[in-house]
Amino acid sequence: MSGVIAKAGEGPKARRPAARAENAAITLPAPFSDWFARRGWKPRQHQLALVEQSRARRSTLLIAPTGAGKTLAGFLPSLIALTESPRPKQGAGLRTLYISPLKALAEDISRNLVAPVSEMGLGISIETRTGDTSVARRARQRVKPPQILLTTPEQVALMLSGSDAGYVFADLDTIILDELHALAPSKRGDLLSLGLARLNTFAPGLVTLGLSATVARPSELLSYLVPQRAPELVCAMADLVVAPPGAEPEIDILEIEEPVPWSGHSARYAMHEIYRAIAAHKTTLVFVNTRMQAELVFQELWRINDKSLPIALHHGSLDKARRLKVEAAMAEGRLRAVVATSTLDLGIDWGDVDLVVNVGAPKGASRLAQRIGRANHRLDEPSAALLVPANRFEVLECRAALEAAKAGEQDAVISRAGALDVLAQHVLGMACHGPFAPDALFDEVRSAAPYAGLTRDRFDRVVDFVATGGYALRSYERFARLRPTDDGRLRLAHPSLIRQYRMNAGTIVEAPMIKIRLVGQRRGRSLRKPGSPQPLMGGRVLGEVEEYFIEQLAPGNTFVFAGEILRFEGLSETEAYVTRAPGADAMIPSYAGGKFPLSTHLAKRVRAMLADRSRWADLPTPVAQWLGLQFEHSELPGADDVLIETFPRRSRHFMVAYPFEGRLAHQTLGMLLTRRLEREGAQPLGFVANDYGLAIWGLGDLSARFANGSLSLARLFEEDMLGDDLEAWLAESSLMRRTFRNVAVISGLIERKHPGREKSGRQVTMSTDLIYNVLRRHDPGHILLEAAWEDAATGLLDIARLGQFLTRARGRIRHQALDRVSPLAVPILLEIGVEPVGRLTREDLLREAAEELIAEAMQGGVVHETTIGDRDAREKHHANARAQARTPRRR
Amino acid sequence: MLELKPERLDVGEFSQQPISISGRSFVADVSGALYWPAEDILVVADLHLEKGSAYASRGVMLPPYDTAATLERLAATIDAYPAATVVCLGDSFHDCAAAERMSLADRETLAILQEDRHWIWLNGNHDPVIAECMGGVTLHEITVSGLAFRHEPTQGPVTHEIAGHLHPAARVSFHGHVIRRPCFVGNGMRLVLPAFGTYAGGLNVLDDAFTPLFGHDGLSVLVLGQEGLYPIASRLLKED
Repeated sequence: MSGVIAKAGEGPKARRPAARAENAAITLPAPFSDWFARRGWKPRQHQLALVEQSRARRSTLLIAPTGAGKTLAGFLPSLIALTESPRPKQGAGLRTLYISPLKALAEDISRNLVAPVSEMGLGISIETRTGDTSVARRARQRVKPPQILLTTPEQVALMLSGSDAGYVFADLDTIILDELHALAPSKRGDLLSLGLARLNTFAPGLVTLGLSATVARPSELLSYLVPQRAPELVCAMADLVVAPPGAEPEIDILEIEEPVPWSGHSARYAMHEIYRAIAAHKTTLVFVNTRMQAELVFQELWRINDKSLPIALHHGSLDKARRLKVEAAMAEGRLRAVVATSTLDLGIDWGDVDLVVNVGAPKGASRLAQRIGRANHRLDEPSAALLVPANRFEVLECRAALEAAKAGEQDAVISRAGALDVLAQHVLGMACHGPFAPDALFDEVRSAAPYAGLTRDRFDRVVDFVATGGYALRSYERFARLRPTDDGRLRLAHPSLIRQYRMNAGTIVEAPMIKIRLVGQRRGRSLRKPGSPQPLMGGRVLGEVEEYFIEQLAPGNTFVFAGEILRFEGLSETEAYVTRAPGADAMIPSYAGGKFPLSTHLAKRVRAMLADRSRWADLPTPVAQWLGLQFEHSELPGADDVLIETFPRRSRHFMVAYPFEGRLAHQTLGMLLTRRLEREGAQPLGFVANDYGLAIWGLGDLSARFANGSLSLARLFEEDMLGDDLEAWLAESSLMRRTFRNVAVISGLIERKHPGREKSGRQVTMSTDLIYNVLRRHDPGHILLEAAWEDAATGLLDIARLGQFLTRARGRIRHQALDRVSPLAVPILLEIGVEPVGRLTREDLLREAAEELIAEAMQGGVVHETTIGDRDAREKHHANARAQARTPRRR
Repeated sequence: MLELKPERLDVGEFSQQPISISGRSFVADVSGALYWPAEDILVVADLHLEKGSAYASRGVMLPPYDTAATLERLAATIDAYPAATVVCLGDSFHDCAAAERMSLADRETLAILQEDRHWIWLNGNHDPVIAECMGGVTLHEITVSGLAFRHEPTQGPVTHEIAGHLHPAARVSFHGHVIRRPCFVGNGMRLVLPAFGTYAGGLNVLDDAFTPLFGHDGLSVLVLGQEGLYPIASRLLKED
């Protein structure tokens, strides 16, 4: 199969698949064809297609799998153009801008590019520019830039804010955007889109080449690449070149004699199999979803590493020197395996990997495809991949991912409206460049796809914010940072603001990490009088977690970390104090399962699989049995229905829901349901959520209340919870404060750094908290509060997905009142106390607790009838169920 | 930052605390103000009015509501302690031009507060000059019944002094909680008030700046919570 080009006209309607690239017509100039020939290579179809596209001056998105020579495809047109047509200079002579999300990637590409360029004797100047580039070099690059500059979105923004930007970019004819699928749907992508809009103003007619992994809906990336000339009428799109997918990957799901665990993410049961696979291959990449999993899998592999195979570890919390060492050893082929997190998902070349092991569920089809693509950089050979589900739900998810991969299904890049704080930063940057006319800037901003839907009113409010803070109390007019000129433009009020902009540019606000420090045991609750508390013994640091996890906890909540059940006691500036809480029910979901929530379409496939009993026959026996028992005992969540179970357990009453909408949406749902139940007097005590469902427990008998009608499920799950309830919860939630802090920093409300002293994460927090309180009280309609709310809704809360779920649930809730925990609920309830566990003794303890729970659920083959519903009908139903459930059990 | 929660500390009667300075009896209030019943004097420190607009004049557009918010809290405090005399212990204005920037509404609020009582501005390092239009009497320091009121506390172990300037804050650690709050700090012979201003920051009482005042022992703090004012043992205080 050859590369396919789809040409885009003015709108999506006009898109048509074009003829295949006429490769015969495309000839490479001698230095290039010779170079390919000397190496015994032939240029690939999509590489030639991009040359042709570029000659025709058409912006293009190249979708190609890893190892398809994407980067060379991106640069080839520029290299040829620079060799063939040394144009007369109008500006500084910068012709091609390559922009990557990672500065490491820019450096890497630079190395990989310099070699062929010198081998071909092209004499093209290539340089990188990142935050690490020296000030002197950066200054020189503005006066005398290279012909090809490799850089990051932040550097582009900084260069554009210079008064000489018009000169620097006057000769620009090509922009290459690497890893566009990762960059576009983020605030950095917003910033870059605004930069692109400005570059198109400086160098009209420039060609933008986007390089991307496979995505479900390329249209969002296609529109990102080209200026939107008439955003209210048509969506302009770039052309699309799709490289052939290469040989079908060989994906297996690990299925062994050992029963798959009920819960947890450690996949400890499969370590020997993974080790055998490593031993049987040349080089293996073992991907996991979290750093904690990485640590654990790494330790486990070394524990059984009798052959002392060189196995290394690579994740984001490791220090940089160590990471680089591993990367170097890997490139030189000195390692047999690397255990890695998503830090390796992007770009950097990894040498000759012949097996990819994915531990845990892949969470999304595209992620899986990209990870698998790490194996075998030769496209004609199939990549080999092994999926290792860590628990029973993950078996289903791995199946779904496999089916999705076979069907060529991909995750969609989430289209998002451009963030307002980023726009504010851009507006100040543009004023630093020189006076601007608001009308013209508005049109330019709207030509960036993420801002195509921006209203003039909001734009004006953002400009107003940049000028005077945008407060209802118009008291800062005389301090305005932007002032009108005689010709109706706005200019920077004072040159010192340029320094202020440069110090604060960029959209990355480090997610502060919180140290977990173990302190002495609590001494009861005798602290009635202040002044007589027991001192705590300061203890050791157990590790670090992201602040967002800690901020969900209230003092007294228990959670699992580093293999122990811990009680959260309180927060200091940068440390969370915890005490050991052995034997306690951990109330809050452990920091598990990774940051990536289950993608919508994988969730759909999992639901469909659960609903269709004919497909259970394919599942491993323990999993099929598990589903069979669920069928007998309760029922299975339907493809579209929502199953809610209620049951008593010990002295508590549980409600378990199975929306399959991902952890973030479930956590938000948990918070909101808990509030509602509290108001209804159901005395909820806590909740736990994972990617598949959530469980809430409390003292009130929910089954009885649903039965006697004093509490309505339909009412409980009504969509209006996203109104006042959400508002009320957020008002007191620290989550909004954190979100506001990011918005305040990015928008330039507060300064990120001061000369000589850089504020650390939590010190910034303190001062933005004061501002947040004042603003909420005195100016609740302020644009930054609006921006913070939008951020929270799209990010941590996953409101959109929760909203879709609540709509789907309307009229489709099926309730089962049970006498005890159902088999399907067990994994969710086990999340209460289980996490990858570091120490064996702790694991044993938890296993005991788990086994007790499982035994209770599986009690004999006989399911005790509950009193609800029509008894006879239920009997019949169960008889059928048993008959059907037996089918998979026989396997 | 964690809030002080009732289950951790009984709030009840903590909204004010009796406090003795060189033998005179005072009442410290949860607002951060100090009341002297015998002389009917209300004392506040470091209002830093117009701090927001001072930042704005340098291009950092903090919300402009801090002066109104500070005066609102001051008004509530004066309602609770309608003293014949109010003494502001310096740094009442964030800079000498603050008065010019103050809104008409805020000026009116201030004028109403000053009605029917003596109002004394002491100069601070931020406001060595105070515009006459701000009303009241401006002094460097004042002595009442043997007690000196001044902005900057005297370096060295003096007694009979009430001052501001340092913005004392305590970082308190108990039961694993660590809470950083403004506080009164004293040793029975002298006292430093917390900053009253809405945007005022705080300096840890364990900072070296406090050592010349209190030495290394005998320091006691009253920490401002949300609803209560809490005496905290010095062994629970932590450095930043």
